[in-house]
Amino acid sequence: MTSSNGVAGHPVVELAGVSKSYPGGVAALRSVDMAVDYGELLAIVGPSGSGKSTMLNLIGTLDRPSSGTVRIDGYDVSALSDRQLSALRSRRIGFVFQQFHLAAGRDALGNVADGLLYTGAAKRDREQRAEAALIRVGLGKRLGHRPYQLSGGERQRVAIARAVAGDPPLLLADEPTGNLDSVSGAGVMELIHELNAAGTTILVITHDREIADSLPRQVQMRDGQVV
Amino acid sequence: MAPTTDPPGSPNLVGERPRSVPQADRERADRELRPARLRVPDLIRLGGYGLRSRPLRAVLSALGIAIGIAAMISVVGISASSHADLDRKLAKLGTNMLTVSPGKTMFGKQSTLPDDSLAMIKRIAPVQSATAIGTVGTVHAYRNDRIPVAQTNGLSVVAAKLDLLTAVGVELDRGVWLNEATEKYPAVVLGATTAQRLGGGPTVYIGGRTWAVVGVLQNAALASELDTSVIMGWPAATKYLAFDGHPTTVYTRSVESQVEAVRKVLAATANPSASTEVDVSRPSDVLSLRRATNATFTSLLLGLGSVALLVGGIGVANTMVISVLERRSEIGLRRSLGATKGQIRTQFVGESLLLSMIGGAAGALLGYLVTGTYAMTQKWPTVVPLWVLAGGVGATVLIGAIAGLYPAIRASRLEPTEALATT
Repeated sequence: MTSSNGVAGHPVVELAGVSKSYPGGVAALRSVDMAVDYGELLAIVGPSGSGKSTMLNLIGTLDRPSSGTVRIDGYDVSALSDRQLSALRSRRIGFVFQQFHLAAGRDALGNVADGLLYTGAAKRDREQRAEAALIRVGLGKRLGHRPYQLSGGERQRVAIARAVAGDPPLLLADEPTGNLDSVSGAGVMELIHELNAAGTTILVITHDREIADSLPRQVQMRDGQVV
Repeated sequence: MAPTTDPPGSPNLVGERPRSVPQADRERADRELRPARLRVPDLIRLGGYGLRSRPLRAVLSALGIAIGIAAMISVVGISASSHADLDRKLAKLGTNMLTVSPGKTMFGKQSTLPDDSLAMIKRIAPVQSATAIGTVGTVHAYRNDRIPVAQTNGLSVVAAKLDLLTAVGVELDRGVWLNEATEKYPAVVLGATTAQRLGGGPTVYIGGRTWAVVGVLQNAALASELDTSVIMGWPAATKYLAFDGHPTTVYTRSVESQVEAVRKVLAATANPSASTEVDVSRPSDVLSLRRATNATFTSLLLGLGSVALLVGGIGVANTMVISVLERRSEIGLRRSLGATKGQIRTQFVGESLLLSMIGGAAGALLGYLVTGTYAMTQKWPTVVPLWVLAGGVGATVLIGAIAGLYPAIRASRLEPTEALATT
């Protein structure tokens, strides 16, 4: 499933011989090789404990591998300082979490605009881009709503808007439908398809076979290895 | 999860095609991956959001700081206002007054001033004016003839010259002062305290005779002995009460620059035969001395205020520590959004600074109001020195920074994955 717009001549995500073990001798990942090209939409699927959350953390540069190489957008993660990793995340990776992680005291626009805080954009610019992103996810009429005034599906849409407002080449969605009923879940998946069609590379981490099967590519995980 | 089977130090690169050299990679990263700087308005907003999410807690911990600052500012403010009032009084009363009174003889007996001491003192060149009072020691003043003799109210009966008021700088509260006629007849003027103790009737009873009250004085700041006196004319005292005519206090006003010179010769002039038996004092010095006493009290209260401030600072630190514990997922989210460790640290220090500065501002306002209210009730001018306001602001900034630093460092050291794992 290689996309045609692989601009830089390298994959957006590349794992080579990646292992991750935690203190106490638990190996969460064992020598994983994987590449994701620009424009792909894929599922990383597996039961809990299969290592897919560790994959997400490594691909999202929130953690470093014990051994092996992780390259994101061409950068070797192990060669980057913490500051550089932060800068990489702020511009090139968007995260969507199962628990949404929205600030309760801020309205939808504020939540999305705050997501751009670390890109260095000015406040007005952040708000304009946040509004555009919210319109894009179908919440143009909910800009001033606080999270408690929104349904679960709408909250996840706000979180998605926050992740894509900065136009990152890579979007990581960790169980994006895990806290949603099936109708809202289907809506969120539809949105993910739309965003992918518009050019964003999207990795969906899920334990749900049905969701995984609805995506063009699946990466199966079991016991820390890709099957 | 399976136990680890990776041999340590396994090769890092399993790449099939040749990669750019790591050095070039690093240069590209240095060039392109620079975290953006957080702007100050954004930092202030961030702190505001943080505080607004737990408003009650923010208010309570800011209150601690506010009380400390208010205590310090009002203590210093009240003392400064009192000084300003004293300065104003001294400026009005003048500091050129010297008083002369008889001391003790070599054998410890009460001495007296010679009858002509007043006239001799008036001859000292720089002395502009001099007047005297003489205590009529044999009698006491009562409200009327039914009052028991022992109930003297601590009041004294004095004879005074007519120019007493201008020399001492005391004003009439009501009624009139003695004149050439009334100084010869049973008429008295009461000191401020005397009037209260004798009940403000039209007459008083002295030495088996009823005396008419013609006036009441205001407080005499430089001659407080007048406050507890019943004052009559010199001739009347001699005529009706067998007054011996010895002055007991001589009040002098001198040219300001010559006050110390006058002071040196005053004792010898008043009683040439026994100059050691004369006490000379400068009442304005006594008033100024009160400042020093006040200063001790002020530093005690300041100490209490700084303890309150310290406790307030601990409250802020406590709030921030709890805040960091509670907001782990927010910290994780911000890290995933691209916040650097430094930016997380700055956010929490900023929040702590904002919290303590809100408390400090409220405390400064409160302290100013307390000072103003107290000064108003005392009829003092309200004075809050600039240095104490600046000191208060400085203290809150310092407290905010110190209280926020440790929690902020803890927040920034949190691993993003660990922070995100907590819900």
